[in-house]
Parts: sequence; structure tokens; C-alpha cells
Amino acid sequence: MSVVSITPKDCLVTQFLQTRIALCILLVAFLLAVAKPVLPEILVRVPDWAILPYDVWLDGLFNFVKEDLGLLYVTRGIAAGLEWPLDITANLLYGKRRWPNFDPMPWAAVAAGSAVVGYYLGGWKMAVLAGGTFIWTALIGQWKLAMQTMSVLVIAAPVAAILGLLMGITAWKYSWFEKAINPILSVLQTLPFFTYLLPAVIFFKVGPTAGAVATIVYAIPPIVLMTALGLKKVSPEIVEAGKMSGCTRWQMLTRVYVPAARTEILVGVNQVIMLCLAMVVLTAFIGMPGLGAKLLAMMGSFKIGRSFEIGVTIVLLAIMLDRMSKAWVLKQPQHFERGTPWWQRHIFLLGTIAAFVLFLLAAQFVQVFDHITRLQSLSRSKAIDGAIKGFLNIDAIRAVTEWLRWFLNVKVLIPFRNALLWLPTSAFILIIVAFAYWLAGRREAIIVGVFFSIVAATGWWDRSVITLYTVISAVILAMMIGIPSGILASRSEKWSKRILLGCDTAQTFPSFVYLIPAIMLFGVNDVAVVFSILIFATVPLMRYTVEGLRTVSVEMTEVADMSGASRWQKLRTVQLPLALPTMAVGFNQAIMFAFFMVIIAAFIGTQDLGQELQRTLAGTNLGKNFVLGINVSLMALAFNTIIMRWVRNRNAALGLG
Amino acid sequence: MIEGGPVISAKNIWKLFGKHPGRYLANMPAGKTFDEILADGYIAGIKDVSIEVTRGEMLVVMGLSGSGKSTLVRCFSRLHDITGGTLKVDGQDIMSLSEKELIALRRSKMGMVFQSFGLLPYRTVLENVAFPLEMRGQDRHSRRERALEMVKLVGLEGREEYFPRELSGGQQQRVGIARSLAIEPDIWFLDEPFSALDPLIRREMQDEFLRLQGLLSKTIVFITHDFDEALRLADRIAVMKDGTIEQCDTPDQIVLNPATEYIRKFTKDINKARVVRAGALLLPLNGPLPEGGAPIPGEALIQELGQVLVNDERAHLPVADKSGAIIGSLDRRVALNILLGIE
Repeated sequence: MSVVSITPKDCLVTQFLQTRIALCILLVAFLLAVAKPVLPEILVRVPDWAILPYDVWLDGLFNFVKEDLGLLYVTRGIAAGLEWPLDITANLLYGKRRWPNFDPMPWAAVAAGSAVVGYYLGGWKMAVLAGGTFIWTALIGQWKLAMQTMSVLVIAAPVAAILGLLMGITAWKYSWFEKAINPILSVLQTLPFFTYLLPAVIFFKVGPTAGAVATIVYAIPPIVLMTALGLKKVSPEIVEAGKMSGCTRWQMLTRVYVPAARTEILVGVNQVIMLCLAMVVLTAFIGMPGLGAKLLAMMGSFKIGRSFEIGVTIVLLAIMLDRMSKAWVLKQPQHFERGTPWWQRHIFLLGTIAAFVLFLLAAQFVQVFDHITRLQSLSRSKAIDGAIKGFLNIDAIRAVTEWLRWFLNVKVLIPFRNALLWLPTSAFILIIVAFAYWLAGRREAIIVGVFFSIVAATGWWDRSVITLYTVISAVILAMMIGIPSGILASRSEKWSKRILLGCDTAQTFPSFVYLIPAIMLFGVNDVAVVFSILIFATVPLMRYTVEGLRTVSVEMTEVADMSGASRWQKLRTVQLPLALPTMAVGFNQAIMFAFFMVIIAAFIGTQDLGQELQRTLAGTNLGKNFVLGINVSLMALAFNTIIMRWVRNRNAALGLG
Repeated sequence: MIEGGPVISAKNIWKLFGKHPGRYLANMPAGKTFDEILADGYIAGIKDVSIEVTRGEMLVVMGLSGSGKSTLVRCFSRLHDITGGTLKVDGQDIMSLSEKELIALRRSKMGMVFQSFGLLPYRTVLENVAFPLEMRGQDRHSRRERALEMVKLVGLEGREEYFPRELSGGQQQRVGIARSLAIEPDIWFLDEPFSALDPLIRREMQDEFLRLQGLLSKTIVFITHDFDEALRLADRIAVMKDGTIEQCDTPDQIVLNPATEYIRKFTKDINKARVVRAGALLLPLNGPLPEGGAPIPGEALIQELGQVLVNDERAHLPVADKSGAIIGSLDRRVALNILLGIE
């Protein structure tokens, strides 16, 4: 960020003006709402005749690109290129009848090998986590499902990482490329995943290839950003040392810049892996077999026990992949004394191979090491099913959940939704513009106004409002839970650490699994949707509240203590104001998460954009899919723009970087 | 120690930072001050500097932060492109070099040591030292031999396989020094090499540095903000302020005859007896030799001569050079004033 010198007086004046103008806009919105009965139709809703057939036009454009420009041949070519490695991993991991036609790798060999890798990366704990995850997966009888998922992941993640690395380097090298790519990346990051899926299906073959492509595209943005950031941060002295050593440009890049930016790049790789896992699970919606597909089917038929077990597997895989890749980030090279023999330098590599081979051989003789049959599986899905359903049927519990459902639906959600739907479009947009003006400023107000006008102009206003209503109500509920508990936790070192660890872990779970407890508790309905978003959105809110409060400098709190502030005064006057920008980042993330989740929840049965999006998957209406996706993206970006600008302004005013 | 022609020769070089430095400099009227240039939105990193560095000489560039000393050494090594003037290294206009030629020059003739060491964190000590050799494509075996030799030279034997983070600051800078010497450079740039170190370690590293220079006799440009360090190491000192060189002379002369008020302020608190040598106060011999007694050596510091100066009663003492020939005389009163710190 460039250094902007704002005197406190300037700040106050602009703040005052901003509030004034925002209030005026709000007043106009209010008048429009009150005058609704006499308003011309165009101010209430964009009339049908004004809604242009954008989807048809887009469809035409896509068809032109696809057929006439021959993009389809290119993508089919890429698909063929991807299919080959995907077939190999599919064969190796779960024995798909493809070249090289081996038997699938025995689960025990995979578990043993990864346990050694885990030990190398992070000691005994990691070894137990890595080995244990695979043992659980095998024993619970989900080995094949998990390997179907992994077979796509092990191809998609490296491809996404390499493409992202190359794009990141290009963005760092050529600022025009960075300028061009940044808006695209932010749209990609807010685009609902259905909008990734349909083009993938149309342009690539149905099945693993389309799944892999959607996953790759979805996972690329963060590593591009992290790579560019890491390369920019390489210390100038290291760069100069490279130059003075007579590096050519290529040597500078490969021997100096990229190794020096190792940490940031690996953090990007970690994010790629996690996003890949999240997306691979979601490719269930386009019929990709694996854990996601099974989970989708089980939840659809309300088989809570199996859903729960699959959820645990997915969560374990997520934790394992996250922890292992983070340990890899932190892993510093260790030196060996001179003259250490070769086998000692590569002890872990040899150990991994030895463990793998050992169990590979063992599996030839002992059947349980090779695969777990249905009868041998330790799955207790029926029992869990019974237990959970029994628990929910206890009168007291049932009374609570049903009352909660009734209360939320009748007293909160439906009235709120109806109110939002009643508002004339013009008034609605003005309210949001006023909000943007007040928090961020004129530029953001205009951007947000344009974004929402586009949404209105596409003719999907009511659906968009329902999406927005779900997001807002869930985030408000999440704030009521997340912020107070964050404040409470931040009081003690111990609890802060626990909450941070818990939230960080929860954030690595693929979003799909958040639906499981919601469906378990509330069944398939509106409240379950709000509830699943609520849990998902509470995580970042809580996390950033704790982080914001904990990072308030000790000196500041000591000032408050020495001024004789009570605990509450200290919180209100010192800690919260200083923590607010950080908390706002959490709020922003909560909203982004909510937009993501609300689309997934379409599968439970919502009436919003997500539902329409899901329907497009069945057909080939790419234009409509794209229009809907952009609507979601624009609304999410609007919030992102407002909040992040406010955070930057606020941090500048507080002098916090 | 000073012999041969200039290794680096700078004539009226400029380095401006800003939007269009080249255009600005071309249209700039002569005689603008640093602040006037600043008001136009440009920073004069180097402002009309002319200097020559002789073969085998140790030139110390001294100045406070922001005075342009680091910029100057980066212009010499062409880490920065100068905006105006001519800059020759070994008689070759450095700005006319193509990228390839520049890389070749750095691979064969230049070594540089950095303030924060600039070590590559993902490489071992040995790999760091061998890095410039690797860049110029030397084979694995010979670069390993050379790197081991360098590591031994700076006294880090047994630490070859360590990573930079496993070493102390002083040890890290030894690696930096070894790396900069690996290609046997003719010109050695040191950019505040000891500033990041503790005072005790700094002193130790200075001694080490003097020992190395005694062995190698390179042409050196040494940057520091520490006046004591400059006095201790330099053949000549160039004092910089606001991008210009205020004075460039031997330590004796800087202390005895500061050219500007700015330099006088620096020298005020210096114990001159520890800097000035008898030779620097030499008076020409007019007529007969001063009477009797043994001559004093010209390279002796006034401080070392304390006892002689106090006990001897002659007004003028004979001074001899290394061969023992009398080269002039020393005014005892002037020397005593320096010894006692009387202005």
C-alpha cells in the first residue's frame, strides 16, 4: 500500500461528509420504499421487456467460440492429454481397467509408506495421522471411494500448482499481466462452483477429466497470488548477491528467486491442495465417483450413519493433507556431516520404499492387507444411524430443534425474507449504495451500485434477493455466536490457542461436510441451509475475533490498565477499536464463505440462484449458468469491495500498516 | 601499496531516482542543490561525483545513512545504472557493456559483500561459497575444491555443511566474504560488511579483514558509516553527504585539515594521536639536519611516539622513511598539541 498521509482533521471532515451523503441516499431509498404503491413499475422491478436475453447471447457467444473458433478441439485435446495420467492413477489407486493394468495398490502399503513420509515431515504425531487416516479409510470400508477421489487429486493438485507457479512468475515479471489477471482471479474466487462445473462438462469429457479440469481452475488463484507475493518479498540483498555472482536471468529466476520465495510458494501449494480436495468432493454434482458422490447420495436418502462416516473420512483426509503440506512448508533443510554415506542421507526415502514394498509383499499372502471385504469392514453406519435418530427423537431434544426451527422460520427468516422481497429494486440498491458510501467511500459506492444494477438487469432479482437474504441472516446469526465466544476465548492464552487451532482445522474441511450436522439436526429444509452456513461462517468470525484481540499490543492494554479501566472499559475503548479491522477481515471471509455455502445448499432445496444453477447442470445452457454465476460473484465482490476498503482505511487511520 | 593506473574512474557521475531521471538531468540547469532537486520530485543519490580508485588501494567511503555511499558502490558494480557521467572499470566504459559482458565482468573481476550478508538461505555454507563458481559453469569438483579453500581461509572449517540460519552473525559474514572471494576478484566491494555485528565481533572481523587484505592485496571499495572503522582501515577516505563527496583524502589529512564544517564536526571527537602518523606532519628540510639523536620512523603514530615527544627537548625532530633515510623534520610542539588534544 502506498503511504498516504491523512491528517486526523481531514479524516474527520471526510468521515462527516461521507456519513451525511450516505444518510441522504438512505432517505431517498426510504421515500422510494414508502411510495411503492405509486411508483412507476420500472423502479419496483426491472420489467420483463427491459430484460434482455443475455443468456441467449452468451450461449451464442460460447457456441461461436466452441464450434466456429474450434475451441472444442483444443479442449478435447487437453482432455485427452489429462485423461492419460488420470487413467494411470485410477489404475494404480483403485484398479480401473486401464494401462498399465496393475492390481490396485494394497491399502496397507499406502498407509505404511505415508506413515514414513509423515514421520519425516513431522515426527511421530504426523506418522500416526498419516498412517491412521489410511487405516481408518480402509477399515471403515471406503478405500475404493477414497482412492477414486485421490486419483483425481494427485493429478489436479500438481497441475494446478505448476500452472499457478508459472502464472505467478509471469504476473511478477510483467505488471501488465498482473493487472490483467487480478480482476479475473477475484471473480474466479467468488464464482459459485456450479459455474466451474458446467463449462468443464461441456468443454471436456464427462467424468474424471471434467472433474479434474474444474478442480484445477478452481484451485489456481491462491498460488498465483502467493507466488507473486513471495517473489516480490525476496530481500534486495539476496537479489544483488545473485547479480554480483554473475547470474543470467534464467539463473536468477531458478537459483535465486524461486528458492528464496520457497515459503510463500509452499503456502500456496498447501492452499491448492485444500481447494482441490474441496472441489474434487463437489464434482459429485457432475457425476464424478468418489467420496463426494457417495456422500451426496447418502445425504439425499437421509442415511445419516453412512454420511457421518464418509464425513469423518473426508475430514481426516483434509487434516492429513493440510498438516503434511504445512509441515513441508516449515521443514528446514538439515545438514549432514561431511562423509555421511549415501544411504544415510536418503534414509527416509529408502524407509518409505522399504515400508511400501514390505506391505506390498505381505498383501500377497495376507488378504486383509490387500483389501477389506464388506464383511470385514468396521463400518457401524446402521448403529450410528439408529443412535442419532434415537437421540433426535428424544422428546426434549426434538422439542428444542422443532421449536428452534419454528422460531427461526416463522419469526425471523420468513418475515425478513418477505421484507427484502417487498422492497422495490431501486430502494434496495440505494440502501446498499448508502451502506457502501458510509463505510468505504464514493468509488466503492459507485462500484457496488453498478454491480447490483447488473444483477437487477439480468432479471434474476428475486432469486438473488433470496440468496442474499440467506447469506445475511446466516452471517448475522454467526456473528451473534462467533464474536462473543471469540471475545471470551481471547481472555485466556490457553483458550485462544485452542480456538485458533480448532478454527484453522475446521477451515480446512471441504465445505460439503458442513451440511452433515445441519441435515442431521434439522432434516432437509430452509433452516438446515441457514444452519450449515451458520457453522461454516462462524469459524472465520471467531478466528479473527480472537486473533484481532490477541494481537492488540501489550503496551496498549497496559495503558488501559494503568488508566484504571475496568475489564469491560478496556474491551470497549481499547481492544475492540484496535481489533476491529482484523475482525472485519473475518466478517468478509464469513460472507464469502456464506455465498459459497448457500450455493452448495441448493442440493437441500433452496429457492435461490443456487437452485437455478444446479438445474442448469442437467442441460447445456451455458449462457444461463454463466449469468447466474456472475450474479452470485457480483454480489460477493460488492461486499468484498466495501469491507476490504474499510479495513484499509481504518488500518491507515490507526497507523497499523 | 599504491601502484598502477586507476581501476575505477568516475567522471561527473550522477544517479537520480524519480520518474524520468534521464530527461530531468539533461534539462537541469547546473548548480542545483540536493534540496532543490528533491523539490522537483527527484532524489539525487549521486550528485556529480568524480573519483578514481587506484589498483591495490583501499578506499573507504564514509557517510551517514542516506548520504549516497551505498548507491555509489552499486553504481561501480552497475547494480544501479548511472544517470549521467562516465564510469570506467579497468578502462572500459561500464555503461556500454551488454548484459552478457556485464555478467562476464562480474563472474571474473568483481566480488561484493553485503550488510545483511545476502546469503541464500536454502544453500549450505559450501554451496553458498561455490554459488558464483556454479553460475559461471565451473565443474562440480573444482568449484568444491575452491570453495573448501575459501571456507578454510575465513576460518569456518568444519561448518561447510551448515545452513546460514545455523550460524552466528559474524560467521554468516565470513561466509559472505568467502563467497565474494571465490572467483578471485580484482575488485572487492564491501557494503557496510560489519555494521550488522556486535561491537566486539566487529573489531574481530576488522582484524580478520586486515589479515585477508594483507594476504590478497585487492583493490577495495569499503562502505561504512563508522568513522573509527574508516580511520582504522583506509588508505584513503571519501566522506559523502547528500550524494556528493565532501572530501577525499588520507585519514591523516582528513583529521588534520578537514575541508568543510561538516567534516570538522566528525573529526572533533576523534583522538587524533591515534590516527596521525609522524610522516603526515613532515616539514621540509631547510638547511642543516636537526641536531643529534636517532630519527623517528615516519609511519609511527603520534600516540606511539608519546614518550619521545615528551622527553626529547629539541624543537624539531628528524624523521626517517622505511629505508632509514632522513626525509624531513617534525615540529615537536605541533605533535605534542596533537598528542594532548589541544586544537
